[in-house]
Amino acid sequence: MFYKLNNKAIKNSLSEQVQEISAQNVFDCYQCGNCSSGCPVVDYMDISPNQVMRLAQFGAIQEILDSETIWICSTCLQCSSRCPKGIDVSKVMEAFRAINLRKRFSKVEPNKTQIQNIKETPPILLVSAMRKMTG
Amino acid sequence: MKRIGVFICHCGVNIKDTVDVELLTEQLENYPGVVHIENYMFMCSDPGQNQIKAAIEENKLDGVVIAACSPTLHESTFQNVIEEMGINKYQLEIANIREQCSWVHNDKEEATRKANLIIKTALEKLRLNESLSPVSSPMTKRVMVIGGGIAGIQAALDIADGGYEVLLVEKKPSIGGHMIQLSETFPTLDCSQCILTPKMVQLAKHKNIKLYVNSEVEKVEGFVGNFTAKINRKPQYVNPDICTMCGDCIDNCPVVVPSEYDEGLSWRKAIYVPFPQAIPATFTIDTENCLGFDPIACGECRKACKPEAINYDKKPETFEEKIGAIILATGYDLYPVEKMAEYGYGKFPDVLNGLQFERILSATGPTGGKMLRPSDGKIPKEIVFIQCSGSRDPERHNSYCSKICCMYSLKHAKLYKHKVHDGQPYIFYIDIRSGGKRYEEFIQQAVSEDGVIYIRGKVAKIYKEDDKMIVHGMDTLTGKKIEIKADLVVLAQSMIPSEGVNKLIQNLKLSTDEHGFLNEAHPKLRPLESIQSGFYLTGAAQGPKDIPDSVAQASGAAAKVLALMSQQEIYHEPIIAWVDEEKCSGCGICISTCPYGARALNFDGIAEVNEVLCEGCGACISACPSSASQQRNLTDDQINNMIDIILQDNLENSLEKEDMI
Repeated sequence: MFYKLNNKAIKNSLSEQVQEISAQNVFDCYQCGNCSSGCPVVDYMDISPNQVMRLAQFGAIQEILDSETIWICSTCLQCSSRCPKGIDVSKVMEAFRAINLRKRFSKVEPNKTQIQNIKETPPILLVSAMRKMTG
Repeated sequence: MKRIGVFICHCGVNIKDTVDVELLTEQLENYPGVVHIENYMFMCSDPGQNQIKAAIEENKLDGVVIAACSPTLHESTFQNVIEEMGINKYQLEIANIREQCSWVHNDKEEATRKANLIIKTALEKLRLNESLSPVSSPMTKRVMVIGGGIAGIQAALDIADGGYEVLLVEKKPSIGGHMIQLSETFPTLDCSQCILTPKMVQLAKHKNIKLYVNSEVEKVEGFVGNFTAKINRKPQYVNPDICTMCGDCIDNCPVVVPSEYDEGLSWRKAIYVPFPQAIPATFTIDTENCLGFDPIACGECRKACKPEAINYDKKPETFEEKIGAIILATGYDLYPVEKMAEYGYGKFPDVLNGLQFERILSATGPTGGKMLRPSDGKIPKEIVFIQCSGSRDPERHNSYCSKICCMYSLKHAKLYKHKVHDGQPYIFYIDIRSGGKRYEEFIQQAVSEDGVIYIRGKVAKIYKEDDKMIVHGMDTLTGKKIEIKADLVVLAQSMIPSEGVNKLIQNLKLSTDEHGFLNEAHPKLRPLESIQSGFYLTGAAQGPKDIPDSVAQASGAAAKVLALMSQQEIYHEPIIAWVDEEKCSGCGICISTCPYGARALNFDGIAEVNEVLCEGCGACISACPSSASQQRNLTDDQINNMIDIILQDNLENSLEKEDMI
């Protein structure tokens, strides 16, 4: 299957929304991969952070919105501190989550989560999971 | 017998660790002719050199053997040392016990034995060395520059400003080269013509520069300081002194052919000016296409020409010019796009090469600077640029990187965005090479701000669907197969040496690499000159280069030439052939063997040597059936003595081994 790249696909409204919410220019990314290699949870992601940036450049926003990656991201800010182009990658991730949450869609629901799981979860992860709820 | 001093260098640990220098000193102490021997850590250092000087004075030496590194490194250093002490520099021999011994062996005992032999052979050679003085010849203070592109123009201007006469030979009807075809130049985006034409005008008006356009160098004879070049000029049908540039001839010419200046995207007549700012500013008749040579067929331009500047009966002219040095600035061509079958060039009018796209971007181009595509004149909304087209492809095309394509493809994309704001440029790349001042920033800015999309991968194929070019490629960063419906495709073709240069290079006996680019004398330390003395290299003739690099190299080569020109005489190495007249039978074999044309028979039927032309290659010496040809300081006697020493040692060694058995 060919991915059809064209002017309209690249500049769609969702893509502009992501850039507006995050206040980051995804076209700044030159694909060094520093964000992914520094990410502590990249092994559990279906799309690595650098691939998220790449897909965002191509305008393939829906693919990212449907991914597990944005929910696995713990907002630890490793990627943002490592980016040589100064892109706040975690803000871009947050923008994707925000778009999903505004549609009343969420992956993490604390009231339905087992208390044991919550006990085993690192506090930072829990905090960021809660933050995700605030949209 | 000569009083010889032997100096053995440790070269730090380079020699000492593998060769027992103390043992060597002992062994050679009583060798016939050796009156002084010593070893030292660094003979080439100042204290080392002083030790040599002191030993020469103390022992009244008249010959020196230095056992050290290769003579290419320090022969001249030590020659200077002994010359300072009043000994002829040809009474020095270097015994190379580093590259040819210590660096290539492990066994210390055997290496020491070999070093001993190397030193002994040097001693035997030195014993029969004559004192020689260099051959000198006068210096012709004129320079020929071949090629009138930016490199040739810069070199010619620099030398002419230095006060020496320059001949600029250009094959095409005007100087300017490929640079005059470009629209704007990276990374500053200044207009190529605006920065080049002042230089062209300056060159045409310079009192020290003589311009030969429509001309080619047929052959060059002689040697550095004393070349004679034969230059062929195509017939000058239009007299430039009478022509008023009114253009009546063009209006009446019935022959229409594709324009070379616009890379075939527009048309010109058989009588034409290559481009508006051409230097020299005059009309040229294209011999191959003009019908006027048959008076019955045409003659329209002559009829139309009021000042009567056109004469069809002109003949090609040949000039012989004396020059002292030659600068080669023959430039580049693009790799034939027809060879890239998968990209459909020639089949689809909307697949262009880089230079054609430059013409479309240029204000003087076929579209007058408007961004329109060739097939239907529509504004292209999506353009695909393909990098490394013919480059970095050792299997099918060229193995090397053409260096400038990364930057010019991006420049194209950027200029396109300046003209079509809602357009989308895509660049397919394998790697981006932006090594140059402000180059990387130029790329980053275009990606972040101008919306140029880079896709990492090579395009596999292009085909046509309706009026779109369908481009199939791969983005290896996401692993996605990409399809783009493009309006226009631009191929960043590989750079190859300029067409027709091969013949010239063969005539001049210059060396090239496997791709046909001229070889420099040393890749790092002598990048401006050819190994053949008197020839200098500039611009893309030596390898793919952008404008700043070409200009830098041209000015560098000009400085080298100016240094050469400032000498009154040229000195030539005296290690050359000579003839024993008693033995010569006048068979003439040496004459046919000599690659430099330095041999001839004199009136007595005896072969002689032109001392200035002879390069001392030794071809005639090995060819001479009666051993009449000899090389100075490399005579048969010397070589036989050297071989004897080695054989004698081998004999002793094998006897020893037999004893042991």
